[in-house]
Amino acid sequence: MAKMKPEELIKGLDYNPPSTSWMDLKADTSAGNWAYPGKPEIVKYLIGEGLPLANPREWVPSDEDWKLPPNWRDIIHQGFHERLEKYRSLKLFMDVCVRCGACADKCHYFIGSGDPKNMPVLRAELMRSIYRKDFTLAGKILTKLTGSRVMEEDVLKEWFIYFYQCTECRRCSLFCPYGIDTAEVTMMARELMHLVGLNINWILEPVANCNRTGNHLGIQPQAFKDIMDFMVDDIEEVTGVRVKAPLNEPGHEILFITPSGDAFADPGIFTFMGYLILFHYLDLDYTWSTYASEGGNFGLFTSSETMKKLNAKMYAEANRLGCKWILGGECGHMWRVINQYMDTMNGEIQGPQMTTPVNPITGTVFKNAAATKMVHITEFTADLIKHGKLKFDKSRNDHRRITFHDSCNPARGMGLLDEPREVIKACANHFFEMPSNTIREMTYCCAGGSGLNTDEIMDIRLRGGMPRGKALAHVQEKHDVNTLSCVCAIDRATLIPLSNYWAPGVQVSGVHELVGNALILEGEHERTMDLRQEPLKGFEDEV
Amino acid sequence: MTAMYSLVFVFLLVLIPLLGVGSAHLEFFFAVCVPTTAIIIFLAGFVYKIFKWTRSPVPFRIPTTGGQQQSLSWIKQNKWDNPSTGAQTFMRMLLEVFAFRSLFRNTKVQLNKETGVLGYASAKWLWLFAILFHYGFFIVAVRHMRLFTDPVPFFFTALEFGDGILQVGVPRLYLSDLLLVAGVSLLLVRRLWDARIRYISLFTDYFPLLLILGIALSGIYMRYFAKVDVVAIKAVTMGLVTFHYADLPFAQIGISFYVHVFLVSTLLVYFPFSKLMHLGGVFLSPTRNLPNDSRIKHHENPWNPAIKPHSYEAYEKDFGPAMHEAGLPVVDPANRGEEG
Ligand code: SF4
Ligand code: SF4
Repeated sequence: MAKMKPEELIKGLDYNPPSTSWMDLKADTSAGNWAYPGKPEIVKYLIGEGLPLANPREWVPSDEDWKLPPNWRDIIHQGFHERLEKYRSLKLFMDVCVRCGACADKCHYFIGSGDPKNMPVLRAELMRSIYRKDFTLAGKILTKLTGSRVMEEDVLKEWFIYFYQCTECRRCSLFCPYGIDTAEVTMMARELMHLVGLNINWILEPVANCNRTGNHLGIQPQAFKDIMDFMVDDIEEVTGVRVKAPLNEPGHEILFITPSGDAFADPGIFTFMGYLILFHYLDLDYTWSTYASEGGNFGLFTSSETMKKLNAKMYAEANRLGCKWILGGECGHMWRVINQYMDTMNGEIQGPQMTTPVNPITGTVFKNAAATKMVHITEFTADLIKHGKLKFDKSRNDHRRITFHDSCNPARGMGLLDEPREVIKACANHFFEMPSNTIREMTYCCAGGSGLNTDEIMDIRLRGGMPRGKALAHVQEKHDVNTLSCVCAIDRATLIPLSNYWAPGVQVSGVHELVGNALILEGEHERTMDLRQEPLKGFEDEV
Repeated sequence: MTAMYSLVFVFLLVLIPLLGVGSAHLEFFFAVCVPTTAIIIFLAGFVYKIFKWTRSPVPFRIPTTGGQQQSLSWIKQNKWDNPSTGAQTFMRMLLEVFAFRSLFRNTKVQLNKETGVLGYASAKWLWLFAILFHYGFFIVAVRHMRLFTDPVPFFFTALEFGDGILQVGVPRLYLSDLLLVAGVSLLLVRRLWDARIRYISLFTDYFPLLLILGIALSGIYMRYFAKVDVVAIKAVTMGLVTFHYADLPFAQIGISFYVHVFLVSTLLVYFPFSKLMHLGGVFLSPTRNLPNDSRIKHHENPWNPAIKPHSYEAYEKDFGPAMHEAGLPVVDPANRGEEG
């Protein structure tokens, strides 16, 4: 928890820049400003797996010496050059920014910190200044006056601090007249930093786990099965019905993949139970998998190679099990990867048995997933609802006054906005939107993705979470909202400290947790409690 | 400070033709050599820059989606902000290029430290200033085509007529002149006024604004105050575009013309190598000019690296016995880890 109270934090905010030019300000590398670097054995393991990482070592960012390889300047220069040749986006974003400042106050980190280097334009300038020096004529000649500078260790340190203080949420991009996407710049900066060994463990350890065990959390298959059994027991306790939970079974039509965060802890597990209940209700011909037990893809935060490697498992497993299409659970960056990268990166390993997804219950053809063969669970459920296939007792969510948090990735990298809302409204009576400047495509980040979901930088997270927190506090005050629902497993983890700090009393839930509560299962007993085993409205005394 | 440097620099640029023509009488040089070279550099530079950008591929479709995706038939897609077809994307681009749509969204964050309320005010000023400026500039530039065409096409005369419709003064006042000066000044004032924008501004941000202001003011001075001989100017400009340089009436044109032309030439040369290339770049931005259809259609990444997932076989080798014990299917019996 932050050292400061929210009021104090707000009082201390100053959006006016300092008098010193940003180029003359060194980044603050003291503890609290960075997440722990990747452990050497993890970096080594990933290098062994063929991923473009380097320089495994013990190092501490607050030390003077970051133990960089001696030729680090050349490596960065070379890597930069390579990426300019590989991505038009990078080249363009380096050249066309007019520094109009339209993006300046759009970043949650700037709003919560007032640090000018958190203005997206300046964050990108940290890299552009090097680009100008290294790759443009004017920058070579006029230097500081035209905003170019020489790559020094201090610049690299600044990159490390500020490019890991970007959640790649793309809110800035929405407002930029040229669509300059600072998230894209951040991705490139991180790829470059990986080449000289600057990385953070909160990203790399999940990557390594995901590669070996199938999921970020390193849950081994037998443990995964235990978790599922445990959930099946809990569901039985709440509903009186023992649901089916197929795992690693070949020969089913659908493979279901969700982020492993849902299997791990409160409140993700309730969403997990929601899926199980829904699929049992439908008697869906499907299976879960332990090998592909992760939807989330921390490759997005690492490098395109890593992203590709982790994502490929989904198709590999669908092929192995003979599934026709994949249903994907509630996850933010998993869906950005699926929507923007999956087919382009891994389309060729899709097996011939895979077909354009068709909802087996309603017959709806998901044409918008014709290439990836992958459907979002809220698209699937919304379709069922529209066709009247689900029987809900909405009153079982009456103890919840709900608002919805659009996760940045599906919102601005996909456009999944109405589907979850349709689902929530169908299974709950009390739904309220947060202010319009903070939802849908203008949504604010949970401030925890991109490797910030870690306690050592809790202060930064809470600051970055301020715009979301304030919007939440607003509906809490106005409509008595007590539940923040979302379709992202990272959100389900990161929004909790955020709401405890900015809007205490609000619980975080997934959308399919609400579905699981409201769905009337055949043969169920009277429900007195929800999936959290908290009493339903009217049954407060019985539980 | 940076703004001051830029201002000084623009003054120096004004001095060059003042001295060059006023004292050294290099009319031919300033009226013919300089602008011709500038135009060549501009054209070549522009093409080079576009070529340089397009040489790098767009491996992934990364549109920023500003609204509802194409999904179930009964969910209304936001076709212009989240296009899934070429035609829809074209509309998005039209709106972007001609109406500055993304900028129109602009808001301003307002934090009330007393109440702790975080509010969002509409902030369309930047959009308005930018629209004024760009349209002013555009009309002025197109109107100038009258000097380079003979006979003057209908379109240019009509534009000129519309532009001067207010019928104020002699010579008639052009609205676009006002728009341009107002737009560029407002943008400049905004840059100097807003501490945050000042903080991010570079020499290369002030310089083009001041240069364009200089161009506009010198043009206005020529037309409304010095009242230069337009017939002579047209003779010179037509000589320029037809490459007939003999007997051009250089001496009949006042020196303000040379200042104007020199500043324009500077702008032309500067253009392709600066942020002004956003003119070309806006068309190429992959977050705006691509449909959001990579779940629908296959796209090829020209450098797609050959990377394979950690295989299931390796996974089963690793965890087979535990899986078997837990009752999970294990494909290869050798991985079951049973004794005997
Ligand atoms: S909005 Fe775009 S052009 Fe303007 S400063 Fe930000 S990145 Fe640059
Ligand atoms: S992508 Fe998000 S976190 Fe990164 S600079 Fe833009 S607004 Fe800030």
